[in-house]
Amino acid sequence: MDTTGTIFLPSGHSTIAGEVDALFNFILYASIVLFLLVIFLSAYFVIRYRRQKEAGLTYGKDHNIKLEIAWTLIPTILIIIVFVWGFRTYLKMHIVPKDAIEIKVTGQKWFWSFEYPEGVTSVNEIVVPEDKPVKLLMSSKDVIHSFFVPNFRIKMDVLPNRYSVTWFEATNAGEYNLFCTEFCGTGHSEMIGKVRVVSEREYAEWLQAGTAVGEGMTLEEFGAKLYTSKACITCHSIDGSVGTGPSFKGKYGETELMASGDRVKIDENYIRESILNPQAKVVAGYAPVMPTYQGVLKSREVDALIEFIKSLQEEADTENE
Amino acid sequence: MNKLPDKSYLNDPKGLKSWLLTRDHKRIGLMYLYAIMTAFLLGGIFAMIIRLELLSPGKDLIDADTYNQFFTLHGAIMIFLFIIPSIPAAFGNFVLPLMIGAKDVAFPRLNLASWYIYILGSLFALYSIITGAVDTGWTFYTPYSTETTTSVISMTLGVFILGFSSIFTGLNFIVTIHKLRAPGMTWFKMPLFVWALYATAIIQVLATPVLGITLILLIIERVVGIGIFDPAMGGDPVLYQHFFWFYSHPAVYIMILPGMGIISELISVFSHKKIFGYKAIAFSSLGIAFVSFLVWGHHMFVSGQSELAAMIFSFLTFFVGIPSGIKVFNWVTTMYRGSISLEAPMLYALSFLFLFTIGGLTGIFLGALSVDVHLHDTYFIVAHFHYVMMGGTVMAFLGGLHYWWPKFWGRMYSEFWARISVALIFVGFNVTFFSQFILGSQGMPRRYYNYLDQYQPLHGFSTFGSWILGLGFVVMAVYLIHAIFRGKVAGANPWGALTFEWTTPSPPPHENFDKIPTMEHGPYDYDKIVPRSTLAESD
Repeated sequence: MDTTGTIFLPSGHSTIAGEVDALFNFILYASIVLFLLVIFLSAYFVIRYRRQKEAGLTYGKDHNIKLEIAWTLIPTILIIIVFVWGFRTYLKMHIVPKDAIEIKVTGQKWFWSFEYPEGVTSVNEIVVPEDKPVKLLMSSKDVIHSFFVPNFRIKMDVLPNRYSVTWFEATNAGEYNLFCTEFCGTGHSEMIGKVRVVSEREYAEWLQAGTAVGEGMTLEEFGAKLYTSKACITCHSIDGSVGTGPSFKGKYGETELMASGDRVKIDENYIRESILNPQAKVVAGYAPVMPTYQGVLKSREVDALIEFIKSLQEEADTENE
Repeated sequence: MNKLPDKSYLNDPKGLKSWLLTRDHKRIGLMYLYAIMTAFLLGGIFAMIIRLELLSPGKDLIDADTYNQFFTLHGAIMIFLFIIPSIPAAFGNFVLPLMIGAKDVAFPRLNLASWYIYILGSLFALYSIITGAVDTGWTFYTPYSTETTTSVISMTLGVFILGFSSIFTGLNFIVTIHKLRAPGMTWFKMPLFVWALYATAIIQVLATPVLGITLILLIIERVVGIGIFDPAMGGDPVLYQHFFWFYSHPAVYIMILPGMGIISELISVFSHKKIFGYKAIAFSSLGIAFVSFLVWGHHMFVSGQSELAAMIFSFLTFFVGIPSGIKVFNWVTTMYRGSISLEAPMLYALSFLFLFTIGGLTGIFLGALSVDVHLHDTYFIVAHFHYVMMGGTVMAFLGGLHYWWPKFWGRMYSEFWARISVALIFVGFNVTFFSQFILGSQGMPRRYYNYLDQYQPLHGFSTFGSWILGLGFVVMAVYLIHAIFRGKVAGANPWGALTFEWTTPSPPPHENFDKIPTMEHGPYDYDKIVPRSTLAESD
């Protein structure tokens, strides 16, 4: 069920969101009542019973069994309601509908990749149809990550040694943020993806287009697209600024000092090796933290990225003239 | 009475050596106070830098790796070097023997040893900071902590050593409370702060070894390469989380129970009113200590543990909330028909009531399984535990600091500046952290160096609050240090309290009392006795 946003909650766009928000709001209102009770009574007592100049004996009663039973029992009843309510929705979050589309999710430093039953893959953008349950079968290639979509109210840790499962059914077309919420190092806060919810027809079209590898584009254009869609952009700039990794700008054809002390010319073979086996030759001054794209990129995609990086060299040359 | 006693624990005997080898619980308490305040300052500086960096998205001040180290250091220092030892080791040491009418704790040498072990552990932590720090978060989750190149080993070894200091203090207090109470002080005539320290000590002794073992296993994994937690070597990272929280959840109560004990004292003393529901408060401390061992799994609702385990942990988590609620109601009711004065310690107690109630109620959101899935590892959690730990424990700590300050030094601070400071801290705290509840429920994840633009206004607001908060602490440091040298002489019992520590001169003599006191009335019998304050009336 859809919910509109409040000051506390973002708008909800999954079937489960309505239930979560209802409980959130129930606890919120009950808490406000209890909080005001405590604060108003304290404030009243402080004002009413301020110490006078001459202190005297004070009222001696130090227990009242009826009162004490009441303030134990009422909160107990309230929390039992909250407990049962929370558990029932939690179970729904964990029971995956049988007809769900199963998408494989891989978390690694610091991007998400998705693999569809049709063989299509995508990075940092998961495209799903609206009003269809989607099951996510998730694992990590390195440390623990966590898959969190605030607008869907779902979150699940992504572990390196086992599959974890969560599911959702999006109720509205649109684009929603996907965060990593388990601390995973330098690029943790850059590990942000998108969930794009589309109509069933658009979904089918998207799958169709995904099976073709950059048809109708030049290699350079395709590479430029991959640069963002495969998350190179997280660590490598194209404007010369230094990120977690070196910038792509003006690097092709240069000779760089490696951490090992060797000097290596940045050519097609070096770029290819750095994509598929990033730790082989690391440029001096950078941490050896890049994950391998072996198995993530097809060979035409590697070609396209190389072409894209080469084109940045030409731009740099033009600027220098 | 406007002259300090000629001889007190502060100047008898004299000399640095007499301090470094002292077995006097009061001197050891004071030495702990210096040490933990240094840690608090260091942790606070890291906090201010973190908030400044988060003023706007992207890089403002430090890079991502430095940021990750700073939030880890802020957490590790505040928890292991400040909050855990704060109230038990500093105030507990100073006040506990005085409160029960004893000359000292049961094992004075062990007590001194615990201080040196604390210093040794801190040196390891400091060594870690100097040699590249840690970037794992204070929880040291595997496999990240096995992989990272930062100096995890010296930090975890430091925490391991600090654990012994905590165990020694706990052991000492248990025996002291059992054996050294003044004649006539039965269990149910003990001040509630003593009950709180007793419950805390039980957790310290029983839970801390588990953390020690966990961290040793982590070190073995890193050094020798035996796979315990790292899946690459055949281990299980979720096992680490179970081990870690089996200690660290009870540790939350090591942090808050002594604070609750202080609040019980403050509300009663400053209302001149018998505490309401003495036994309910005492037993709820023990109840919390017991149930606290059974709720660790609520830190792992989205870790993939079974639904059954999640259900049981959720239920028990709510169960542990009830005794805390009972305490709050008891404190409020204690003020009914009292004689309330609003000096600085009471203002801190009232701040505690306000902030801890918010901290406790927001815990209900997190205990509810379905809602926790949304809020887990967001700023909502950050706000929640700061309301409990800082709004709760630190407010109680500051209340205790102002309450016993005249007993430590025999001199009183400026009440005017103390009120300015408490106002700044209260306002600054709420501005800093209430905004984080909204940030978190809107989806802002914690431990993020960079963030989306939509979260900027609340982050900016929160950073602004941290400056007010910081200013409050600067003001406090100035007037408290000034009071040590120039403060008005306070006398034995400036607040008109009824517990034993106020029957001996301020500062107390070497062996606490001229003769061991006997119990003539209960610690809170304000319905039978009108105590007289010894603070000179001048303002």
